[in-house]
Amino acid sequence: MSVILDVQNLSVAYRGALSPAVNRVSFQLGQERLGIVGESGSGKSTVGRALLRLLDSADITADRMQFQDVDLLAASERQMLGIRGKRMSMILQDPKFSLNPIRKVGDQVAEAWLAHNRASHKEARARTLEMLTSVSIRDPERVYDMYPHQVSGGMGQRIMIAMMLLTDPQLVIADEPTSALDVTVRMQVLSILDRLVRDRGIGLIVISHDLNLVRNFCDRVLIMYAGRVVESLAACDLDRAQHPYTQGLLAAQPRIGGPRRPLPVLQRRPEWAEEPS
Amino acid sequence: MNPIHVRDLSITLGAVQILHGISFDVRAGECFGLVGESGSGKSTILRCLSLLMSSWQGEVLIGGENLRAMPLARRCKTVQMVFQDPYGSLHPRQSVRTTLSEPLRIHSMPDREARITRTMIDVGLPLAFLDRFPHQLSGGQRQRVAIARALILEPEILLLDEPTSALDVSVQAEILNLLSDLQARRGFTYIMVSHDLAVVDHMCDRFAVMQKGHLVETLTRGALTGIPEEQARHPYARELIDASIAYDRAM
Ligand SMILES: Nc1ncnc2c1ncn2[C@@H]1O[C@H](COP(=O)(O)OP(=O)(O)O)[C@@H](O)[C@H]1O
Ligand SMILES: Nc1ncnc2c1ncn2[C@@H]1O[C@H](COP(=O)(O)OP(=O)(O)O)[C@@H](O)[C@H]1O
Ligand SMILES: [Mg+2]
Ligand SMILES: [Mg+2]
Repeated sequence: MSVILDVQNLSVAYRGALSPAVNRVSFQLGQERLGIVGESGSGKSTVGRALLRLLDSADITADRMQFQDVDLLAASERQMLGIRGKRMSMILQDPKFSLNPIRKVGDQVAEAWLAHNRASHKEARARTLEMLTSVSIRDPERVYDMYPHQVSGGMGQRIMIAMMLLTDPQLVIADEPTSALDVTVRMQVLSILDRLVRDRGIGLIVISHDLNLVRNFCDRVLIMYAGRVVESLAACDLDRAQHPYTQGLLAAQPRIGGPRRPLPVLQRRPEWAEEPS
Repeated sequence: MNPIHVRDLSITLGAVQILHGISFDVRAGECFGLVGESGSGKSTILRCLSLLMSSWQGEVLIGGENLRAMPLARRCKTVQMVFQDPYGSLHPRQSVRTTLSEPLRIHSMPDREARITRTMIDVGLPLAFLDRFPHQLSGGQRQRVAIARALILEPEILLLDEPTSALDVSVQAEILNLLSDLQARRGFTYIMVSHDLAVVDHMCDRFAVMQKGHLVETLTRGALTGIPEEQARHPYARELIDASIAYDRAM
């Protein structure tokens, strides 16, 4: 498996904060789906933003942060502009914030395509309809002419996926991509993302607070607590997690058909934030 | 303790009918769930029952008594609501003590200090927290305060609108345990909105499935756990349950 991303001892400290938001995190990513899971504030989104170097108010240090041929630590902001949204893309929780509210969604996708390709508007429209079809939108002509407020959450997320794929990224970071979606739609969006990532050999990082999501959808999972990776597991081994934090999260989750006894409550231990990885 | 009887509840806002003839019954002391896709009208039902919205048609009886005809003071001591967002629902410049004493003052309740103390103990918060402000509390602590505020008038019915959706799973566990414990000790009746059928299965014996302003089916917990004669018949209810079970189970 070729390594797309190699991160060694990444730390991120927001200026003025008492402790680092991300503390010596290491992982490698190939053409696979890596989940980063943990509670709110554990540093998941900060890892994603550090990879894209989208952190103006924080100090990023690492022994290594290599994305294919690019040293992300040494890359200039100018180089990053050529990478962000092109070779490396991000999908966020709420697509509505990423779309211009007063322009038709189809025109926005077409414009994004034209930014990377010399072609006529007619061709851009045709390509856009193709892209919308590829994310399983059944009536692309109708969706092309909609405004962002007219599309449902699931449709909006499909449009974002279509947009992101225009530039043939090698790495996609999806930060809570389906947290705002109904469960019936969530599965559809995940399977679209899954198919495209597999077909194109993209490396995918899925950031989520949802254990079920990473368990069902990812190949490998990093569990974060207080800025640190406390455990790294194959997703299918999640039930055999060794770390008491991972075990505690799994136990706290109610399950359909589960027993009606009180849910085990997580007893946090200070050493989880300290012990070496 | 009194059952809740909802018949033909409808509401139109602007030109749009949001609820279409909703009917269901909740037994005294039961936790009744409301599930369904976002925008299907779940929160609106709770807003109607708490009279945050009042332009609805239909009939709501609590223990045989018409909800609309109840004097305000008694209604507040009968039905209280807890909202999803523990950040938005507490006043940022009110201490916990003020949050809890306001309803007591408005309703001229006696023994205020004793009631506040008892409620803090009920929701598992240290008394020292009375002098804190919302920004000094974690998400789970804020939701405990929101529950305390709903409990302070000692209502019999709590309307819970996604009370744990904004919380981490470990904090959700604490709040669900608290709600179960309060129900067991004090016999509350709950109507609980949730988008998570695992939460509904953990808390509720029966639940209604909403879609586009219609109540499409009322089911028992057995519809989730595979009891043959309890299975959902409505296509959307089946789709929702199947998707939730698929999502809940490891591959
Ligand atoms: N822009 C920021 N400035 C200062 N601190 C921040 C900023 N963004 C996040 N943090 C802090 O960094 C920690 C990790 O946050 P985040 O990466 O957003 O966690 P997660 O995505 O796991 O919820 C938290 O303690 C959070 O309060
Ligand atoms: N104050 C309001 N005015 C107009 N429409 C509203 C209002 N509140 C909610 N709605 C609409 O009513 C429908 C049901 O909303 P809601 O009850 O919040 O759904 P749910 O809680 O199931 O997600 C939605 O289409 C929503 O846009
Ligand atoms: Mg985050
Ligand atoms: Mg709602």
